[in-house]
Amino acid sequence: MKTSRYAHIFFLAPALITLLVFFFLPVLAALLMSATDFDVYALGNFGRARFLFLENYRRALEDPLFWKALFNTFYFVMVGGPLTILVSLAAAVALNAKILRFRKFFRLAFFLPVVTTLVAVAVVWRYLYHPRYGMINYLLSGFGIEPIDWLGDPTWAMPALILLAVWKNFGYNMLIFLAGLQAIPETLYESARIDGANWWQQQFYITIPQLAPTSIFVTIITIIGYFQLFAEPFVMTQGGPLNATLSIVLYLYQQGFRWWQMGYASSIAFILFFILIVLGLVQELVRRRINRGGAV
Amino acid sequence: MKNKLWSILFHLGMLLVAVITVFPFWWMLCASLMPSGEASDFPPRFFPETFTAEHYINLFSRLNLGRYFLNSLLLALGVTLFSLLVNSMAGFAFAKFRFRGRTPLFAGLISAMIIPGQVTMLPVFLLLNKMGLLNSYFGVILPTMASIFGIFLIRQYLQGVPDSLIEAARIDGAGEWLIYWKIILPLAKPVLVTLALFTFMGSWNDFLWPLIVLTREDLYTLPVALSSLLGEHVQDVELMMAGSVVTVVPVLVVFLALQKYYLQGIMIGGVKE
Amino acid sequence: MKWLLMLVWLAASSCTVQDTGKVKLRFWAMGAEGEKVKPLIEKFQQEYPDIEVAVQAIPWGAAYEKLLTAYAGQALPDVLQLGNTWIPQFASLEAILPLDAYIAGSAVVYPEAYFEGIWNTNIIGEKVYGVPWYVDTRLLFYRSDILADAGYPNPPQTWDEWKDVSRAIVAKTDSKYAAFFSLIFNDWQIPVILILSNGGKILRDNFQYGAFDDPRTLEALSFYIDFFRQGLVPRTMTEFANIYQGFERGDMAMMITGPWNIAEMRLRAPELAGRWTTAPMPVKESRNSVAGGASLVISSGCPNPEQAWKLVEFMARPDIQKTFFELTNDMPSVKAAWEAPQLQEDREARAFFEQLTAVAPTPPIAEWERIAVKIQEHMERVVYGQLSLEEGVKNLNKDVDRILEKRRWLLSKGLL
Repeated sequence: MKTSRYAHIFFLAPALITLLVFFFLPVLAALLMSATDFDVYALGNFGRARFLFLENYRRALEDPLFWKALFNTFYFVMVGGPLTILVSLAAAVALNAKILRFRKFFRLAFFLPVVTTLVAVAVVWRYLYHPRYGMINYLLSGFGIEPIDWLGDPTWAMPALILLAVWKNFGYNMLIFLAGLQAIPETLYESARIDGANWWQQQFYITIPQLAPTSIFVTIITIIGYFQLFAEPFVMTQGGPLNATLSIVLYLYQQGFRWWQMGYASSIAFILFFILIVLGLVQELVRRRINRGGAV
Repeated sequence: MKNKLWSILFHLGMLLVAVITVFPFWWMLCASLMPSGEASDFPPRFFPETFTAEHYINLFSRLNLGRYFLNSLLLALGVTLFSLLVNSMAGFAFAKFRFRGRTPLFAGLISAMIIPGQVTMLPVFLLLNKMGLLNSYFGVILPTMASIFGIFLIRQYLQGVPDSLIEAARIDGAGEWLIYWKIILPLAKPVLVTLALFTFMGSWNDFLWPLIVLTREDLYTLPVALSSLLGEHVQDVELMMAGSVVTVVPVLVVFLALQKYYLQGIMIGGVKE
Repeated sequence: MKWLLMLVWLAASSCTVQDTGKVKLRFWAMGAEGEKVKPLIEKFQQEYPDIEVAVQAIPWGAAYEKLLTAYAGQALPDVLQLGNTWIPQFASLEAILPLDAYIAGSAVVYPEAYFEGIWNTNIIGEKVYGVPWYVDTRLLFYRSDILADAGYPNPPQTWDEWKDVSRAIVAKTDSKYAAFFSLIFNDWQIPVILILSNGGKILRDNFQYGAFDDPRTLEALSFYIDFFRQGLVPRTMTEFANIYQGFERGDMAMMITGPWNIAEMRLRAPELAGRWTTAPMPVKESRNSVAGGASLVISSGCPNPEQAWKLVEFMARPDIQKTFFELTNDMPSVKAAWEAPQLQEDREARAFFEQLTAVAPTPPIAEWERIAVKIQEHMERVVYGQLSLEEGVKNLNKDVDRILEKRRWLLSKGLL
C-alpha cells in the first residue's frame, strides 16, 4: 500500500489527544488525588493538603454512610438489574411471537421511555408517587391497597426508584434481545417441534441457550449502568429518607462538589471503578466458559 | 377457537403493558394543560377539566425557559458536530490504515470503556477551571466529544467497506484527506446519522456534567434548569409538568423521525461479540 | 483545527483591558438582591463619580460553588455578598479582608448600630470581616384561630407551654398535627435553634471537637425529638400537598420559618389573613434563635480597598437601608432603618425585630455547613427510632470529630 506513513497520526490525533487530556490523564490525576486530603482548604494553597497514601480508602471502609451508599447501590443493581432483564426478555419474546399484530406500534410504545430525558421523567414520577394525590396510589386503591408513602418511607423509597428504572430502561435491552431472537435459525424450532417439544420446552432448550451471549452482554451493560445511579435520587429524594436512596455516585457528588472533599471523593470513585473491573472479569470468565461449552 | 381466544388475551396483555409505558407521558401532557391546583385534586384526573396554556406562557415569559431550550439545542448540536468529526476520523484510521500498535491501541481503548466517567469528574473539573472553561459550552463539549463508543461504531461500519474503493482513489492520486472527505464520509452516511442521533440524544438528556460545569443560570440546559426549578416550584405540579413536556418533546420528535438509524446503532453495539 | 482557534479566542477574550481614570469595582450579589440593587448602585455612582461599579447577580443555588471556584481561580470580585454562615470559610481561606481599620474610622458603621447577635457572626478570631447587609432569623408562624380553639389565645411563651399548646391542638382541634418541622436534607435549623435557646454547647475546645453530649444540648435535642415521638409533628412532608396548603387547611398550626414566608403566605393564602401571625420563639434559658442574613465583604485581592469600603459604607447608611428594604423586602440590618412605617405597622415583621435582639451565631468555622447537615442526618435517624438519642449523639460526636480532623491538623501546624 503506497500511502503517507504518518497519515494515520493526523486522523487519530484529535480523538486521542482529547481522550488523553480529558480522560486518561485525569484518571491518573484522580488516582493521585485519592491519596491526598485535597479539599477546600487546599484549593488555593497546596501546602494545606497532606499526602495520605491509602488513608482515604481506610476512611471509606470506616464510614457508615459509604457502606450505606454501597449497600443501596447493590440493592438497586441486584434487584433492579435482574428485574429489568427479565421484563425485557419477556417483552422481546412477546414482540417476536408470530401471532402478534401491530408489532411496530408495540415496539415503539415499549421503547419510548428509553429515549426520554431521565430528569424529566423523574420529575413526572415524583408526582405520580405522591402518597395523597398521586396516580399510582389511586390506582392501587382500586385493588384495596392502602396508600403507600413511596418516596417518604425508607422501606419503599428504593423499590420506587427501581420501579421507575425498570420502566425507563427495559425497552433498550428488549431490542437487543429481539435482535438475538431473530438471529436464531427457524430450523432449530422446526426440528424440535417434529421431536414433539411443546412451547415451554422450545424456549428452555433452544431460545435460552441460543440467547446466552446476548444475555451476558445485556447483563453487563445493565449492571454497569445501574451502578452509576445518580439522577433519580438526586431529583426525587436527594438521597433520603434516612439515606435510604443515597447511591455511591450521589455520595461522591456530595463529597466532591458540595463539600469539596476532592481527595476523599476520588477514592470513592476508584472503589466504584474497582467494583466494575471485578464485574467485568466475572463476565469475561462466564463468557469463556460458555464459549468453551460450545453450542449445546 | 381456543387459539383465537388466546390471541385476544395476548393482545390485551400487550396493550396493558403499552398503556403502562405510555401513561406517564399522557399524564404529564394532561397535567401541564390543567389550571393550577387541578393536578392535586382527589381523585386524580386523567384528563383536564379546562385547558390552559398559562404554564407554558409562564415558563417562556417569566422563567426563561426559551433560553435554556436554546442552550440545550446549541450544546447538543455542538457536541454532535465535533464528535462526528473527531470520531469518524479516528474510526477511519483504525479501520483503513495499517500501522504499528493498531490492534493493542484499539483493544486498550475498548477495555478503557469500563472506567466510569465519575472517576475523571473531579480532575477534569479542576482542569477546566485552570483553563477558564467552566461556565462555557466548550467546558461541556471538549471532554465529551471524543467517545470510544463512537470510534468503535464507525470502525465496525467502515471495516465492511471494500479497500478497493480507497485503493482506486489513491491510484488516481487523491490525498488521504480527500479520500476521507469525498469517499469515506459519504459512504459512512448511515452510521454517521446513527452516531449523530446517539450523541445528540445523549447530550440533550445529559445531566451530571452540565450540572457541574455550567453553574451560571443563563447557561443552564433544560434538565439542569428543570431540576433547579423543582427546588423553587415543587408545589406547582402543572408548571413542572409543562417544563417536562418542553424537555421531552424535542428528543421524542428527533427519535421518531430517525428511528431506523437508532435501532441500527443498537444492533451494531449489541452484537459486539 | 477550528476548536483550537476557538479556544485561543476564548482565552484571549477573557482578558480585560484596564480603563483609565475611574476606579472600577466588581460587585457580586446573590439572586434577587443582585437584580434589585441596581438603582442603589446608580445612586452610589452619582455620589462618587470617580468610582464605577459593575454588579453581577449570582443565582443562590449555585452561589457556593461559584464563589469557591472563583476563589480557586483568583477571580473573586472586589466586593461581594456572603451569607453569614459562609464568612468563616472565606476568612479562614484568607480570601476576604479584615475591616477593623475602616470601621474604626467610620461614622456610619459601628457595632451598636446593628443587632448584636448578627454583628457577632462577622467576627472571626477577634477581627471583623463583614458588615451586615440584611438580616434573617427563624421564629414561630402560627394559626391564631386554631390556637384559640385549643384554649390558647396567646402564642406560647415558654418551652413547657409550647408543648402544652401542641398537645391541646392535636387533642382538641381538627388539626392532625400541631406543627411542621422539616426533616429534609440540609434543613438543620430547628434543632440548632433549640440548642442555642437552651444555652447548649455545639463544639468545644476552640471548635475542634463535637460537644453534643453537653447536658443542655441533650436536653434541647430530646425536647425536639419528643415532638415527633408524641405524634405532634409529622415525620414527612408528604403529609401535605405543600406546607402552605397544610398551614392553610389547618393540617398543622405552627411552623418555624423565616421572613420570606410572610410575603409567601400572604400571596398563597390571602383568605387566611387575620387568622395567622408570627411570634418570637418560646423561651427556655433564652429566646435565642439563629443569626442569619448576609453581609458585604471585601476580597483580599481587591486592588482598591478604600473605594470598595466606600461602597460597603454606603450600603450601611440608614436611608439606603430603607430603600433597600423597599426594593427587596429584605429586613434591614441597621436598627435605625426599622423606623420605616412599612416595618413599624407590619405586625408579622415586628415580631422579627423582637426576635433579632435575641439571636446567636452558629460556630464560626469553615466546616459548619457539613456539621449542620450531620446534625440533621443523625436526628432524622433518632426520629425514626433507629437509634436512641444517646446513641445518635454519640455517633454525631464521632462524625463531627472526623470532619474537624483537618481543622485540628491545620491549627496544630499554624496553617489556620
